[in-house]
Amino acid sequence: MIQPILQIEDLHTHFFTDRGEIPAVDGVNLYVNPGEVLGVVGESGCGKSVTSLSILKLIPQPPGRITGGSILFKGQDIVAMKEREMRSIRGNSISMIFQEPMTSLNPLFTVGQQIGESVRLHRQFSKKEAREHTIDMLRRVGIARPEAIIDEYPHQLSGGMRQRVMIAMAISCSPELLIADEPTTALDVTIQAQILDLIRRLNEENGTAVMMITHDLGVVAEMCHRVAVMYAGKVVEEGSVHDIFKNPLHPYTQGLIKSVPRMDEDRRRLFSIPGNVPILNTELTGCRFAERCENVMPVCLEKLPELQECESAHSCRCWLHETPQEEVV
Amino acid sequence: MAQATTSTNNAPVIQAEKVSGPWRDAWRAFRRNKIAMAGLIMIVFFVLIALLAPVIAPYDYKAQELADRLKPPSSEHWFGTDDLGRDLFTRVLYGARISLWVGTFSVVGSIILGTLLGILAGFYGKWVDMIISRMFDILLAFPSILLAIAIVAILGPSLQNALLAIAIVNIPTYGRLVRAKVLGLKNEEYITAARSIGMKDSGILLRHILPNSLTPIIVQGTLGIATAIIEAAALGFLGLGAQPPAPEWGKMLSDSRQFIATAPWTVVFPGVSIMLTVLAFNLMGDGLRDALDPRMKN
Repeated sequence: MIQPILQIEDLHTHFFTDRGEIPAVDGVNLYVNPGEVLGVVGESGCGKSVTSLSILKLIPQPPGRITGGSILFKGQDIVAMKEREMRSIRGNSISMIFQEPMTSLNPLFTVGQQIGESVRLHRQFSKKEAREHTIDMLRRVGIARPEAIIDEYPHQLSGGMRQRVMIAMAISCSPELLIADEPTTALDVTIQAQILDLIRRLNEENGTAVMMITHDLGVVAEMCHRVAVMYAGKVVEEGSVHDIFKNPLHPYTQGLIKSVPRMDEDRRRLFSIPGNVPILNTELTGCRFAERCENVMPVCLEKLPELQECESAHSCRCWLHETPQEEVV
Repeated sequence: MAQATTSTNNAPVIQAEKVSGPWRDAWRAFRRNKIAMAGLIMIVFFVLIALLAPVIAPYDYKAQELADRLKPPSSEHWFGTDDLGRDLFTRVLYGARISLWVGTFSVVGSIILGTLLGILAGFYGKWVDMIISRMFDILLAFPSILLAIAIVAILGPSLQNALLAIAIVNIPTYGRLVRAKVLGLKNEEYITAARSIGMKDSGILLRHILPNSLTPIIVQGTLGIATAIIEAAALGFLGLGAQPPAPEWGKMLSDSRQFIATAPWTVVFPGVSIMLTVLAFNLMGDGLRDALDPRMKN
């Protein structure tokens, strides 16, 4: 078996607020293989972004804190790392693309100054080298006239251009893992396709592993090799894209797939999963999805099912697919 | 962001001009504001007067001509003379030096210390914030002129000490302003983005937080010079600032107040000078606020 580049085990990131302790990430297990695109899907508030910020240890602290588990990046535990070591990883081996290209750039500096920052930090490039490298990067992310764009300010660029700039910034040290936190959510549809294409090209050409956080199953189907479905701070189903779409096991995944609007069916109303993501606290017992599940059974309300391999390389956290006699510890 | 919307509207124009940065855009907005420009021109005028005082002044500001005591304005003495027969025009010119000097340097002092403390409080939060913010609260609990008087009383009356007192008194104004700004900036996505490429706290503070906190400081600082000039004049009036024979405007007012009925020019000219400089800084400060504050843009 290949050694995964990133392996998250039983990660807990909790937020300590006035209303108590909120387990935003509650025992997540994930791995990303080298050169792979992993999709992480789920509704808003299910812990996707917190997971990705935890990987770079960028959780605002307080109120947040990684309270347990490990994040192994190439065998090294990030959770135990000191801030100094963390800084040498951020932007160098792991980098991140954010959701809002409008607000992820400092309005007071040119895009060139901002992209060049990371090679100047990690590669000790001079100003001149950084500039050349930046022009190179801008060209690679498909920006025409990079020599001119490099001296422009963020407000002079369109949303799609800014997202390209963000990607250029993220890949300028050739990271081994790229975390893309809903990189296309804030963009319009035509630009979305171009940005996704760009990310896929980076993955294919450089073998950069990508962790794609999204709530858009269309994006997942188009981009990812493997998918992890998250719900209420936990991974509820994980498998190859093919398996997840062909044979979704968890009722939540089934619901998500059903709620994608389809052109070939004449349905008056779009399907949506009834209810909302539960308000998380540490006292929840039972399956987090039980309240909204159409197949709910008495056991679902009492005990939390484990994430189990149901088919080969396809696991699911649901009592429907668990062998009943097995006792959960 | 407001900045983005204003600029995308005239994007093609900017393209043609090529040079367009946030500061240039602000200058363009400022230039369009006639009242603010009037303030700026007045300030430039006062600065020139202050710099060229020895060249322009017809007399020595210390020279007493007791035969010419309390002479009304004439072609010989444009602003008249004071009770010691000193030429008031000369003294008012030299007074511009003192007032601008005290105003500018006390504000620079308060800005440096206030910004430093404000950034530390806002960025590091927790107990650092607790200590710094309570210090500000204590300073703000005193009426500022009273506190300044107390500080000068301890240090001894002199122009330098008055400047120092004014600087200390105004630290919390800037400190709180910067702290509030930093608290907002800390949650900006580009700060997280900067962290995500491995920038250090110090780098983030210098490259991202400080430049973005600058605009309210500039606005407040300009308005603050006006306040500082008034405070310096007040301390001078009370005899706690500039000492004779320094031609400080506030001091000139207090020295001449017994002649207000018989020789009104002795108080009118220093008084009007104070008023005009303060007005100029206030006008320019307001204009800067309009030009720099993104919330004021539509």
